[in-house]
Amino acid sequence: MTPELMKLENISFAYETSPVLENLSVAIQEQDFIGLIGPNGSGKSTLLKIMGGILESDSGSIQFKESPISKINKKLFAQSVSWIPQDHPMVFPFKVSEIVLMGRHPYLSPLSFESSEDFEISRRAMETTMTSQFADRYFNEISGGEKQRVMIASALAQNPEMMLLDEPTAALDLKYQVQILKILKDLNTAHKMTLILAMHDLNLASKFCNRLILLDAGKIVRDGSPQQVLEKDILEQVYDVEVDLDYKDGSIRVHPAIRN
Amino acid sequence: MNSRSYVMTLSLFFLLFIITLGVTPLIGSSKISLARAFSDSLDISKNVDANILFQVRLPRILLGALTGAALSVAGAIFQALLRNDLAAPFTLGVSSGAALGAVIAIALSLNFSLLGIPVVSLFSFLGALGAILLVFSLVRTRHGEFPTGVLLLAGVTANFFFAAMVMFIHYLSDFSQSFRIIRWLMGGLDITDYKTVLSISPMVFLGIFILMFVSRDLNLISTGVHSASSRGVNVSKIQKIGFITASLITGTVVATCGPIGFVGLIVPHTVRLFVGPDLRILIPASMLFGASFLVACDTLARTILAPTEIPVGIITAMIGGPFFVWLLKRKKQA
Repeated sequence: MTPELMKLENISFAYETSPVLENLSVAIQEQDFIGLIGPNGSGKSTLLKIMGGILESDSGSIQFKESPISKINKKLFAQSVSWIPQDHPMVFPFKVSEIVLMGRHPYLSPLSFESSEDFEISRRAMETTMTSQFADRYFNEISGGEKQRVMIASALAQNPEMMLLDEPTAALDLKYQVQILKILKDLNTAHKMTLILAMHDLNLASKFCNRLILLDAGKIVRDGSPQQVLEKDILEQVYDVEVDLDYKDGSIRVHPAIRN
Repeated sequence: MNSRSYVMTLSLFFLLFIITLGVTPLIGSSKISLARAFSDSLDISKNVDANILFQVRLPRILLGALTGAALSVAGAIFQALLRNDLAAPFTLGVSSGAALGAVIAIALSLNFSLLGIPVVSLFSFLGALGAILLVFSLVRTRHGEFPTGVLLLAGVTANFFFAAMVMFIHYLSDFSQSFRIIRWLMGGLDITDYKTVLSISPMVFLGIFILMFVSRDLNLISTGVHSASSRGVNVSKIQKIGFITASLITGTVVATCGPIGFVGLIVPHTVRLFVGPDLRILIPASMLFGASFLVACDTLARTILAPTEIPVGIITAMIGGPFFVWLLKRKKQA
């Protein structure tokens, strides 16, 4: 059994009065590649933000490497865990290289500039994500798939052990979806990165993730391997639609059953 | 950013500032000669050139530089914090909030200082802070965004409201207070001396230093509060520091010069075109360029209808109005 990296116990969270997460407990192991699935509004994004220390839960506890994250210095925590939002509205004309360098923030003290080491780490992060060629372009002028890779590069520059990604493939075409997931899979296997992805595409999730967590109305309904989680009955119940499942090359594919 | 290009770029802005400081004192409705001003054959009290240069023009220019620097830096900070490049002390209603604070203090004849800070400045700062907090809480969406339309509407509303309050107080004031209020509301750098310049400099410089200290955190906030938080920025703390400090420097200069519009909008925009949006360089570059810009505008105000001088606020508004329209149009196209 690999050691636990993060442990959530009895987490509840509400925006104003509407509850989003209810009494949720889960443990994340090192080098997990987790797909967080579930219908819209099931609490995936909120759960990621709580794991990333961006939102504070109303009750319950979160431990990172056995210390409560509320006790960990924010910058130190950011050296271990990074988070990537779903979309990236950018008001100001930052260049791609500047965005990637911002990932070094948790390592820098006030009034200081990035050192050559920071530049080197950012350069490698751009290489890993195949973004070096547009380092000098404006972030707002590159495509959606390129933006997503740049954000992954920036998160990589944080040198984290764990990355949380909110629907990293949602707005991308097929080619970029696969490209992003391959980059992430490589980080997971070659760099032992722990990854948690909120996802809508169950087929890609079952193909790339070794563990799926199915959320419904703020509760975990299933947690396990894709084979354990993707079952006809439970999916139909959670998504409120009839589905067909088929199996090919050891992975499961889910189709909404459209009958006229 | 590497430190060499940083120093190079700032040196250019510094050079521009020095040239402005060197040239503008020589321009004015009465011609002065440097040779006579510095000649020691005359007693200083009889040396007209020296008096005009050192007692009239120079303090006014220094006050203009400080005011321009403060308003420009405040503009850059508000734009970053609200993630909207149309935010500025004037468009957000912060200047008129500061004006209301100052007018209340003037109307109540609070002409004394607390701990070395004039009460007028203190009221002005509170007015500025109140205005920005009002706009911030009114406009922020659940996702922490500040949509342009709502932001400008809130700014306009705040401006109308504060202007109405100012008129109300003005209406109730007696004749001499009323004159003081009107004179001050026009915005101007003309009635000044070294004492005034010295009394507001520490606040302005301290404020700019604090903002430099958190400039990288502010960069991250300008790209989004949640991602800033995930990079280890204590967002609510930095927002508080940013809003309070920018209001403080705005309130400080508005208390002295009245509301001078559009500087905080024009300058950060123009500077951003040259140095990019990184606040580590945008803050000092806006400070230097803003200082030069307002001094240049004031020189125009002193000379364009010479010997009549017009308030510098009229010049900045005449440049700023069309500039704002251009920005809006560009934003619409984007």
